[in-house]
Amino acid sequence: MNSSADVVAGASGGLALTNASERRVVLEATDLRRTFTGGSRLRPTHVSAVDGVSLTLHAGETLGIVGESGCGKSTLARMLVGLEKPDGGSLLYHGTDVTKGRASDRKLLRRGVQMIFQDPYTSLDPRMNVGDIIAEPMAATRSAPAPVRRDRVAELLGLVGLAPDMMSRYPHQFSGGQRQRIGIARALALDPDVLVCDEAVSALDVSVQAQVINLLADLQRRLGVAILFIAHDLSVVRHIADRVGVMYLGRMAELGDTETVYDTPAHPYTQALLSATPSHSRADRGKLSRRRVLGGEPPSPVNPPAGCRFNPRCWLATDECRTSQPPLRSLDLREVACHHAEQALAEAPAL
Amino acid sequence: MTTAGTPALRVRDLNVTFTGGGREIRAVRNVDLDVARGEFVALLGESGSGKSVTARAVMGLTDEYTRVSAASLDVAGTDILALSEEERRLMRGERMSLVLQDALSALNPVMTIGNQIGELFKVHRGATRKQARAAAIELLGLVGIPAPNNRVDDYPHQFSGGMRQRILIAMAIALEPEMLIADEPTTALDVTVQAQILDLLGRLRDQLGMGVLLITHDLGVVMEVADRLAVMYAGRIVERGDADTVLDLPAHPYTQALLRSVPDAAARGHDLLTIPGSPPSPAQTPPGCSFNPRCHMAIDICRTERPPLVDVAAGRASACHRSEELLHELVS
Repeated sequence: MNSSADVVAGASGGLALTNASERRVVLEATDLRRTFTGGSRLRPTHVSAVDGVSLTLHAGETLGIVGESGCGKSTLARMLVGLEKPDGGSLLYHGTDVTKGRASDRKLLRRGVQMIFQDPYTSLDPRMNVGDIIAEPMAATRSAPAPVRRDRVAELLGLVGLAPDMMSRYPHQFSGGQRQRIGIARALALDPDVLVCDEAVSALDVSVQAQVINLLADLQRRLGVAILFIAHDLSVVRHIADRVGVMYLGRMAELGDTETVYDTPAHPYTQALLSATPSHSRADRGKLSRRRVLGGEPPSPVNPPAGCRFNPRCWLATDECRTSQPPLRSLDLREVACHHAEQALAEAPAL
Repeated sequence: MTTAGTPALRVRDLNVTFTGGGREIRAVRNVDLDVARGEFVALLGESGSGKSVTARAVMGLTDEYTRVSAASLDVAGTDILALSEEERRLMRGERMSLVLQDALSALNPVMTIGNQIGELFKVHRGATRKQARAAAIELLGLVGIPAPNNRVDDYPHQFSGGMRQRILIAMAIALEPEMLIADEPTTALDVTVQAQILDLLGRLRDQLGMGVLLITHDLGVVMEVADRLAVMYAGRIVERGDADTVLDLPAHPYTQALLRSVPDAAARGHDLLTIPGSPPSPAQTPPGCSFNPRCHMAIDICRTERPPLVDVAAGRASACHRSEELLHELVS
């Protein structure tokens, strides 16, 4: 039925993949794990936030990470920028192992990997003026003397579409969208190779959100910076990402070229997630009533289920799913972690 | 019950002014709204547009620094403005109710869910403790909480975000009100849970014949559920009408720009169309049309004269000097 669409999506997907793999790998995460311990001292609970996630980020590409709350996408982001130390796995930056979080590792990672935070109201120090906020990364790494920093701040403000004479103002004098631009300017101060955006546009109004998305795309074209774009809004990720990874309860469920994953999702969870997303077109009204309804509540990462973590809510689950964890394997131009991906792909209704 | 002919909500010329801090801020101006029984009306707007203030004013949830005036404010045929504070209090929950966005802060953390829902039946219906508990269990089942018998004695923190939102909805519909106002009920939720909540609201609307006013900034949600639509900008309604026609052929440049600034699968790899600047603060709205500094169609008259909300076609109104052109430009 949709075989011709498959061929088209497949062809363009293949092209994008070869392009990406020819580029330099800037960040490579292998089997990253992070478990938090909570609860009382006598009866500690273990939250398995990220459980064996691997990804590579090439120079100049945008990798989107989507998933629902509690799937570990923010913990993953914090590990990639060195704010959180992984319990297991390895993280390579330009081939150098920075997993251990030594002072030298942190120094290297700070220069190359910067983060843009979700909330533009709390991520800027209210008592510092904009000039000092943007110069802070340069001051902290002692990478430039004060007069040079001032010039660089003016340049950065221009880059993100703000007037350089706003340098002496304070964060409260700016709107949400402008503050997010300041956050982006600060992240760019050290000329990083990678920007990690954790829900960077979620807190913004729709009309302002589009401005910031365009700005990120423009900066990427001009500076060649790689972007890891984490969001729960699937339509935003679809717009901005070259490749996309879908996370579920700390694991990567599906990872591949954006068009392939959105047009022909092979993981049952990706299918359910996409079918529950309201369409931005009135013609598709009623799409939600045809969605794939997931049974049960989203399970918590405390005591995650054995085997495939999606199995209690999956309509294709078999005994195999309840006992053995499906590895991420290649299938039709994407990687998918499901024992029954072929069946899911074949039975998927057209989206 | 009143006759089926009366609308669930009828608002005329609603104005809300904040008087705190020694100056007056007009947050809502000249708002007219109608919600028929069994109808899903969406109120769409960005932060600061006055949509939540409108909801609170209708519910009568205002403090001493808020001044509300309206030509008429009828809920299911009853003139709210003529009621005393005590009569209003009795109407809330019974005939009109509000679902808030932040479910965790809207629930009492030291009271069990069963007691919080049961309280409604005790206060409004004089139910005994046993009856209230049974009613609470039934409602929890209705909104899809698994094993309501066991969960009724749990506290709010023991539920997930989606469940808490459903509990709030359960409380809002407990006494089968004629008018339900849902203020961003799904904003904090994941899409799979959001779909469940929208389903639930639609089902209850059909079963109970409630009028639903859904306040949201999410175009996707509007696309999915709205029968009619009102778009707010800087405290005023700028466009209103049947959702199908408004979303197909917006007659106001703001609605048009909003629809175009949303990422669309077909436009991948291209820049999104943006609206320059940001929404004005209610304290400083520009003269003339509030949208004129951000509007790509603004002409001289827009900067000096505010366009009134007038009918531009059957069943729809727009507040723009150039609505006619906009409609024709799009048609041709």
